[in-house]
Amino acid sequence: MDKIRASLLKKSIASKIERRGKIISLTCLALIILVVFLIFYFVASRGLATFFQNHINFWQFLSGTQWNPGTTGTNGQPAVGALPMIVGSFLITILSAIVATPFAIGTAVFMTEISPRRGAQILRPVTELLVGIPSVVYGFIGLQVVVPFVRNTFGGSGYGILSGTFVLFVMILPTVTSMSADALNAVPRYYREASLALGATRWQTIYKVVLRAAIPGMLTAIVFGMARAFGEALAVQMVIGNATLLPQNLVSPASTLTSILTMGIGNTVMGSLQNNALWSLAMILLLMSLVFNMVIRYIGRKGKLNNER
Amino acid sequence: MKKSRVIQLLGLILIGVLVGLGYSQRATTDASESITAVGSTALQPLVEAAGEQYSSEHTGVFINVQGGGSGTGLSQIQTGAVAIGNSDIFAEEQAGIKASKLKDHRVAVVGIAPIINKKTGVTNLTSQELTAIFTGKIKNWQAVGGKNLPIVLINRAQGSGTRKTFESYALNGRKSADSQEQDSSGLARSIVASTPGAISYVAFSYLDTSVTALQVNGVKPTEANVKNNHWHIWSYEHLYTGLQPNQLTKKFINYILSAAVQKKLVKQLGYISVHDMQVQRSATGKITTVK
Repeated sequence: MDKIRASLLKKSIASKIERRGKIISLTCLALIILVVFLIFYFVASRGLATFFQNHINFWQFLSGTQWNPGTTGTNGQPAVGALPMIVGSFLITILSAIVATPFAIGTAVFMTEISPRRGAQILRPVTELLVGIPSVVYGFIGLQVVVPFVRNTFGGSGYGILSGTFVLFVMILPTVTSMSADALNAVPRYYREASLALGATRWQTIYKVVLRAAIPGMLTAIVFGMARAFGEALAVQMVIGNATLLPQNLVSPASTLTSILTMGIGNTVMGSLQNNALWSLAMILLLMSLVFNMVIRYIGRKGKLNNER
Repeated sequence: MKKSRVIQLLGLILIGVLVGLGYSQRATTDASESITAVGSTALQPLVEAAGEQYSSEHTGVFINVQGGGSGTGLSQIQTGAVAIGNSDIFAEEQAGIKASKLKDHRVAVVGIAPIINKKTGVTNLTSQELTAIFTGKIKNWQAVGGKNLPIVLINRAQGSGTRKTFESYALNGRKSADSQEQDSSGLARSIVASTPGAISYVAFSYLDTSVTALQVNGVKPTEANVKNNHWHIWSYEHLYTGLQPNQLTKKFINYILSAAVQKKLVKQLGYISVHDMQVQRSATGKITTVK
């Protein structure tokens, strides 16, 4: 009797294992959260030092157009105006998303609606292969092929927003394509069946039903692509020219937050204004990726509500 | 259940053995010596090659060499994180560095030459013309006797040692106009080679037939002209240490300064030996003749 009582009251082996597993996974989770917080803390502590230790006006930092930390600009203040980089980053991100979206959606529609078998066999592996190519290879091709092409076709030196757009277009295409395809695949089959039963052609079904139903998913795909474009450093750095000037047109040399960061960080001393200013750029990058993340979550939640209705 | 227990036990034993091994390894590496040198990518090849030779001659000694840029080298040696900080520039020239806390060892000299695209049609510039081009006053090669081509400036990254040297000694301390920037000499050269009307500057070791090296005031960028200071655009390569470097650091720096390294390795890698210099330059740019 007592034995049964004891075995009932004692924790079973299964529950012990479960508890152990729980503890292990919780520790992993806590560790990752800790790392994320530490990164935020570190970047913020360095990035904010520009404003609190070196007393740079925050709005001047965002709106200034001269970038040469360590020297004083025309207004007598240290020249830490990040506007050229911010404008460059946003322009290149938005332009590459605009160029890539039609191609990506077209490919995704072909892959899922028009020729699913060939899509699964050929197109999907090919686009996934594009993801695996290292960014330095994209940058090198950009330098050797895209830059001369832009120079001969559009004039200028070839280095600038336009070349960067072309390179990023190819780089974000696979991300946007495969995520759009997933979104299209997720549209319930009975939507298509109902549409066809009502007498709609295949094109009408795709255009009026499937694409509309997949809008939230495709928006998420585009924002994901933009996040990647915004954070890309090496490939862009090789073709954009890295001039801290406000872009006059699409073929004049410009710069992005990431390109200035990677170029400058090895040449500055930790704790100096030059270094802090670069950390401020990193902080802007981090905040922007946070914004992209939030947009994706917002779209995802809204999309769910629409589908349930 | 039993099996997994055994595996767990084995895993624990393995970890224990590895930790023990690591601990004993630590003891031996401490007994044999190692130093770390960090900084300038322009100086890295020389220190790396000298370090390898030194380790092969002295068993149990390791010289770790890492890049990161002159700024990194100077800040790391200032905090005492490494034994040697490699730099292209004087510590006095870098913001945020207390030069009085560091000891300077000049181990080599590097000449820097302006390079232009081959189809520009210019081979010589006066220093006034060079300054006017880099400060953005002259915008077309026609103004200096070349073809009707817009000038494309290609600078090295802000804070790069090559750029600081070029601005100090080629542009007489003027700042270059805002323009394209590249973070490596190799990339700057290949861009100049492929972009019509482009001008940049690289160390002598990067000169090749893909670009034209400019003469300045009729002086050719050659090692002989650097040695007697007829060619002004050159800089020292510095190894910075703390005021009291340890024995191995001292020995290694003496080794780099020895005739064996200076006569062979330094030349092979495209640097100029400090022993061959007929002049000396201080951090403020003052020139004195070496007797």
